Amino acid sequence: MATNITLEVLRYRPEEESEPVYQSYEVPYQKDWVILDALNYIKDTLDGTLSYRWSCRMGVCGSCGMMVNGAPELTCASFLEKYLPGPVRVEPLVNFPVIRDLVIEMSDFMEKLKRVSPWIIREQEKPLSDGEYLQTPAELGDYEQFSMCINCMLCYAACPVYGLEPTFVGPAAIAIAQRYNLDNRDQGNKQRLEVLSEDNGIFECTLVGECSVVCPKDVDPAGAIQRYKVVAAATWWKSLLMPWGR
Amino acid sequence: MKRNIDPFWWGVFGAGGVISALVLPVLLFLNGLAIPLGWIGAPHYGDLLSFVKHPLARLFLFGVISLSLFHWAHRFRFTLYDGLQLKHLNELVAIICYGSATFVTLLAAYTLWSF
Amino acid sequence: MTQNPNYTKYHPKWYRKRMPIFWWVHKWTHAKFILRELTCLSVAFYALVLLFQIRALTQNQQAYTSFLELLKTPVSIVLHGIAFLFLLFHTVTWFNLAPKALALRLGKKRVPDQAIKALNYIAWIFLSSLIAWIMLTI
Repeated sequence: MATNITLEVLRYRPEEESEPVYQSYEVPYQKDWVILDALNYIKDTLDGTLSYRWSCRMGVCGSCGMMVNGAPELTCASFLEKYLPGPVRVEPLVNFPVIRDLVIEMSDFMEKLKRVSPWIIREQEKPLSDGEYLQTPAELGDYEQFSMCINCMLCYAACPVYGLEPTFVGPAAIAIAQRYNLDNRDQGNKQRLEVLSEDNGIFECTLVGECSVVCPKDVDPAGAIQRYKVVAAATWWKSLLMPWGR
Repeated sequence: MKRNIDPFWWGVFGAGGVISALVLPVLLFLNGLAIPLGWIGAPHYGDLLSFVKHPLARLFLFGVISLSLFHWAHRFRFTLYDGLQLKHLNELVAIICYGSATFVTLLAAYTLWSF
Repeated sequence: MTQNPNYTKYHPKWYRKRMPIFWWVHKWTHAKFILRELTCLSVAFYALVLLFQIRALTQNQQAYTSFLELLKTPVSIVLHGIAFLFLLFHTVTWFNLAPKALALRLGKKRVPDQAIKALNYIAWIFLSSLIAWIMLTI
């Protein structure tokens, strides 16, 4: 029965060094501990200078995404048991600039999220007196899967296209755009399509498929993107052959 | 709306992918392996020629060849862009890929309609 | 600084690692992806061979016979064999990804992925049999 497990954490202190450096910590092994518990143990007792993000510790906030043994994981959902006997390599999420230790700069993702207009767009808002927008369970089912995204950015870390071309809109942003496109209350399809079918939009994607593999919420962004490509291609032909339509 | 040509190339890529996946394996197996290796007999020249003369056969073969080449063009262009990171040559690679697919399409049209 | 999406933010102290040129050799899933993309070469190869075979057919019997002889050479057999394997890989990966692009709804229920894959494979078997039957009975 293992009593300890070693974590090799990639540290980066910009005021001291110009390149990241690995630092080893020995952490007690407990069957119900996750990587996040190990990191908290390090911060509380071994090394208070370690910087990292976390919040809900139950897989709904999307803050604790990191690379564990080279794969993007939510550290609050990765049990130490899976990595026995160790050592476990913990690194910041790839494809993002590293500010410090395990903290990455995510304003690029936030800007892309805003760009796809992730809210219900109506041409004309219904007055309150008309009541609610009605939606059947089947209509909800159309987009429900894509609404599960917790913005953890594991898909961006997994996407080689995003790594090669940081201007690519990316899997989560497109999946979230689809969540609104497929919502029967939304009327913003045309607006989002204009944004997403241009350069750096959906057609940068080459269906590597890693995004859907690493998604902790089974959002399947790869599926969202492929379906959106079909819609974009069909719309392209429609605008060419029937330009009088809207 | 500024119309981007990417949806069109992706559309032909998809159509080419479907048709090449469905039809090319059996054609390659029969014509490239089974007949040359003698596992089955080759069709008689005259019969094959009169079959290919049929307008539907010409159209089918043209569609298969042209769409397969455009499928290759789109996919290969992105493979060079991502796989070898030839970003500064992006426009040149696109012109070469789609251009050669267009050239072979024209060649196929000429071959299939000039007899 | 204004938000210009074409430029990613820069900060002198942030650490950015560049992706290596051969990024796809480090992980098997990436290597498999590149192999899948390279199957397009076998598609182009066979489409060209087909075109040249038709061209020989439409010229005269002698041209066609010498093309058939060309197909019998060991180089041609090996090339065709490799192309055939890549083509099969293309077909299988294409059909397995088809459900991702096609989300159909029949009334209330979503058509399951397996059904779409099965339909593709059935169409493949049907078309292959049809083409084989035509070629064998010409």
